[in-house]
Amino acid sequence: MNREVLKVLEEDARATAGQIATMTGLSARQVRKTVEEAENERVIVKYKTLINWEKLGEERVYALIEVKTHPQKDVGFDDIAERIYRFPEANSVYLVSGAYDLAVFVVAKTEQEVGNFVSQKLASLDSVEGTVTHFFLKRYKDSGEILVGEEKVPREPLTL
Amino acid sequence: MPARRSGRARNVFSKRVEALSPSGIRRFFDLLLEMEGVISLGVGEPDFATPWHISEAAIDKIGKGYTMYTSNRGMLELRQELARHLNSRYGLEYKPESELLITAGVSEGLDLAMRTIIRPRDEVISPEPTYVSYSSCVILSGGIFVPVPTAVENSFKVKASDVEERITRRTKVILIGYPNNPTGAVMERSDLEELAEVAEKHDLIVVSDEIYDRLVYGVKHTCFASLPGMKKRTILLGGFSKSYAMTGWRVGYAAGPDDVIEAMTKIHQYTMLCAPIMGQIAAIEALKSGDAAAREMVADYDRRRRVMVKGLNSIGLTCFEPKGAFYAFPSVGVTGMSSQDFAEDLLVEERVAVVPGSAFGHSGEGYVRCCYATALEEIREALDRMGGFVKRHRA
Repeated sequence: MNREVLKVLEEDARATAGQIATMTGLSARQVRKTVEEAENERVIVKYKTLINWEKLGEERVYALIEVKTHPQKDVGFDDIAERIYRFPEANSVYLVSGAYDLAVFVVAKTEQEVGNFVSQKLASLDSVEGTVTHFFLKRYKDSGEILVGEEKVPREPLTL
Repeated sequence: MPARRSGRARNVFSKRVEALSPSGIRRFFDLLLEMEGVISLGVGEPDFATPWHISEAAIDKIGKGYTMYTSNRGMLELRQELARHLNSRYGLEYKPESELLITAGVSEGLDLAMRTIIRPRDEVISPEPTYVSYSSCVILSGGIFVPVPTAVENSFKVKASDVEERITRRTKVILIGYPNNPTGAVMERSDLEELAEVAEKHDLIVVSDEIYDRLVYGVKHTCFASLPGMKKRTILLGGFSKSYAMTGWRVGYAAGPDDVIEAMTKIHQYTMLCAPIMGQIAAIEALKSGDAAAREMVADYDRRRRVMVKGLNSIGLTCFEPKGAFYAFPSVGVTGMSSQDFAEDLLVEERVAVVPGSAFGHSGEGYVRCCYATALEEIREALDRMGGFVKRHRA
């Protein structure tokens, strides 16, 4: 599978097969084939758009919830992770090293919603020993893009 | 200053400065400044900011008070890192103490090299189209610039036989810059070997400006000094501006035989003292932290290069495939216009800035330089506009 094609798409999901072909030196047909294959095998999982909702004054609450639990025989953490990631409120779920076990990212409309999710859904799971909830106060950078106060640096005229 | 009645001092300007023609590029950028909505493919500069780990290292040191002069030759740590770098990339062995000099960019290195080795009326042979500074630096040091035209038929590579034809008893230097600005041409190892033979046979010094050494696409860069027997007659000039997007830090280097470096250091210490310490610190970080950032930028330029070259060809501006630097050098022949007229009318009518090939010497006439170190959307938009322009102006 051609990784160059995927790298272009990772930067710009809207790049057309023709554009990608030019950028990589492949034919448009080869590009389409790669993309199709990647989609079928879920190497390409989804095409998304990064939106700066804060700019519109849209209320969104982001939270990281540390979940302390304990591994179960044979399945380790996978079982409890699944119990958690099945909830649509859980936007991303990672098993992490360190002081806690699962990192759960939540996006919601209000703090109340996050609170409800943690107290009613997460904390009540048998194998969950404890949770710590961190609300995000400001989003500086997301998915490699700086979202605050980026100023375009003008080039000065110069001979060269 | 003794003034004449006109209010103008007599003989204000030196003969040498009078002999310099104003840069054709400069005029352009003055024009450009007054316009809005211009897409510039004009400036030969990365559109990336310096990789953050490099800037951060410099900021940290500035905060700690590293804001003073350095040794004239440059910080020893930088020269040591550089020696390691040149060794691992090209198998070259330069002594950090005596064979390396840190300069304020290749621009200074070039000036130092010329002033160090040129005697009045010594001749310097150099392929053309050529970077705008080459002939000026030669003239400023009292030498005579002898251009060797190169052509698209030979992918803008210089032929050793064409160089040899121009050798006289006054010839002292061959000055080359590959990957080339403005054409994007590269010289393969075998091409350089032929040139090396000529240099050997006629006992010439070779000044090799390799500022674009890292920016090659699908080919391997050969460092001229690494060819058998060439290190002792080569002044290698290199820098950090292009590979690490560090143009504003003003830091480069010269590598060569110890007596030449010693002589260059003499001029450097009286005219520059030392390269800026901030730039040197940044350069140390660039060399120490490995290649990842540079490689990523090169991969990005390569994608833009393909878009630019294919786009130019498809709108009728025939363009050979440049394998180095970040320039495409298409012919504007289809319009029947001179490169100067083409560039000026394109700027006025379509607000796209390119540089007329004639700015790089006579053999650049009929071509324009388009820098593709520009955001992809801008390249695409510029190509669109240029396409419309060519349609209207087809001869």
